[in-house]
Amino acid sequence: MMLTTIALLPLLGFVLNGVLATRLGGNLVGKPFVTVVGCGLPVVSFVLVVVACFTLQAGGYAPLVETAYRWAQIGEGRFEVGFYFDRLTAVMALVVTGVGSVIHVYSVGYMKDDPGYGRFFAYLNLFLFFMLLLVLGRSLLVLFVGWEGVGLASYLLIGFWFDDLANARAGKKAFITNRIGDAGFLFGMFLLYQAFGTLDMDRINAAFGGATLPAVSASLVGLLLFIGATGKSAQIPLHVWLPDAMAGPTPVSALIHAATMVTAGVYLVARMSGVYLHAPEASQVIAVVGVTTAFFAATIALVQTDIKKVLAYSTISQLGFMFLALGVGAYGVAIFHVVTHAFFKACLFLGAGSVIHALGGEQDVRKMGGLARRIPLTFWTFAIATAAIAGIPPLAGFFSKDEILWYAFASARGGSPLLWGVAAATALMTAFYMFRLLWLTFLGRSRMSAEVEHHVHESPWSMTGVLALLALLSAIGGFIAVPHFLEPQLALPAVDETLHHFETPLLVVSVVLALAGLAAAAFLFGGPPERAERLRARFAGVHRWLSGKYFIDELYERVIGRPLVWISDRIFLRLGDRALLDGTLNGMAALGRGTGRLLGRVQTGSLHLYAWLVLVGIAGALIWSLRHV
Amino acid sequence: MDRTQLLIGVAVALFSLGLVGVIVRRNVLVMLMCMELMLNGVNLSLVTFAQQTATTVGAVLVFLVFVVATVEIALAIPIVLLLVRDKRTLDLGAYNELKG
Repeated sequence: MMLTTIALLPLLGFVLNGVLATRLGGNLVGKPFVTVVGCGLPVVSFVLVVVACFTLQAGGYAPLVETAYRWAQIGEGRFEVGFYFDRLTAVMALVVTGVGSVIHVYSVGYMKDDPGYGRFFAYLNLFLFFMLLLVLGRSLLVLFVGWEGVGLASYLLIGFWFDDLANARAGKKAFITNRIGDAGFLFGMFLLYQAFGTLDMDRINAAFGGATLPAVSASLVGLLLFIGATGKSAQIPLHVWLPDAMAGPTPVSALIHAATMVTAGVYLVARMSGVYLHAPEASQVIAVVGVTTAFFAATIALVQTDIKKVLAYSTISQLGFMFLALGVGAYGVAIFHVVTHAFFKACLFLGAGSVIHALGGEQDVRKMGGLARRIPLTFWTFAIATAAIAGIPPLAGFFSKDEILWYAFASARGGSPLLWGVAAATALMTAFYMFRLLWLTFLGRSRMSAEVEHHVHESPWSMTGVLALLALLSAIGGFIAVPHFLEPQLALPAVDETLHHFETPLLVVSVVLALAGLAAAAFLFGGPPERAERLRARFAGVHRWLSGKYFIDELYERVIGRPLVWISDRIFLRLGDRALLDGTLNGMAALGRGTGRLLGRVQTGSLHLYAWLVLVGIAGALIWSLRHV
Repeated sequence: MDRTQLLIGVAVALFSLGLVGVIVRRNVLVMLMCMELMLNGVNLSLVTFAQQTATTVGAVLVFLVFVVATVEIALAIPIVLLLVRDKRTLDLGAYNELKG
């Protein structure tokens, strides 16, 4: 029952902290209890995952399967809560519990003065439970429960400081945007269940790989599942929620909106690779959407001034890279990038959290600068992670990004020079905006107000220790050969023999691009501030578009939001609810009242009149009976 | 005009007298008495027809009407008493609370 225990431990933490350490249970226990339970159980989960990995290895990598509970049996159809542990699950579960645990530890320092300390850890544990359900689930149904659950946890944590209306609104936006994707996911599940009578993902993959072609279009299923993935992984056109999700506490941004939850879409596609191998059209769509998202998000990140917004757009952009890899059939490489991205992006977000912590809540990079000497540990870890994401060898991001670029160019499953070109341009921009962020935040002259500057302090060791660990992983994570480890399960796409001599030149180009980004950022932001100002003045129109995020939120508001409000108001509220429903009921009531008033006239209260009426009645009855008898 | 016709005429006259009394008089007690008058008109006609057809059914029915009349008065008089205690008048015009 090891797999079940792995998933259930964080749930136990959620129940304990959620009941005992919140207002629900009257704050029965203090912070030490919350810390031990909230951080301890994820760590135990992590240890168990490691044990499970060794068990997997000892069993010759035969998948571990466990059925925890039969949920329902309808006719022949069985719905079981089953867990499945193979190479892919191992990698994902290690990332989720490993990075998850260290972020829990980091939160101890970051949230220590927050009145909602117990609630925060309860939510984090709840998130971890659902995320483990998502990666461990054998059936799409279990995965979907986890999928929705992480959405719920994300909603709760984005709106963690819900007394600010903007935060609550951001949570709602994330939740509702995800619903659109989930609709696609559900339809995909329906189709699969109709065709195979099972939702177990290993069986579905096997059925697609079998001799007879299944009675369902792989491309259709692939596209529908991908719609779900675009919602969760913030790809165009459903990417709008992720930047707003930065309203949550920074550890949440690191854990949920950078390292784990947003990669659930990548995991889903990789897990269902059996379907996508037979769906070249769907794969092509994924590659194009991925590379487009990567490119546009990177352009927006160039001009953002909020430290967390830059990182948010960079996350969207990196997720685009992962989908590009999935689209060209390099599933293992995409998971590789998930892993390295989890390391360096978690490090970046937590570093940003440390900066925000040091500055007492300031997030605007225009009011930072010169922090390198004041908070050196944060600076060095942030710098390493920045170099990693920019693709400077030999750090983690270099390896995974270079493999993505290579397969985007050379994969026999839809790779093309065009995809490579856009991705390479994105990589250049990535290097540029990340080093811009580094320079604006840590180097140059201080632009802080005197009061803020006075209070700047390095974070406690529980935070900096985590930063150091993640920086170390960002530095050496690239040497973990994830694609090679996954290859028996997720084969790498074939590469045309004639393209092999391009490999080294492309490698050189990607290194040159990363260094060029670094140089450009150093030139623009390392020198006098007029340089960047002049550039911005020259491209004022472009700058307006970029800092307005292409006005996609405004477009959605116009095209979807307002018509919906109009329809709801005019048709559903005024016509349907008020005119039709209320109108019918009010009309019936008015009819009754009018009739009553009319008939009430007869009730004069005068007995004489009644007697007269009785007389008239008797006379009438008599006359009638005389006539008719 | 034979005897039966005469008796029926008297019965109709009694009934009509009672009916007109109920309709036109405003004193509650008088109206109750007029109702008795109507009942007695009916009784008279019952007895007359019983005589004419030489059956006892009509005569038995008369006793039934007596019982009904007695019960009616036994109920009506306390009601009238309560009304009078409330309004200090026997005038029917005062009792018009149940107006639509």
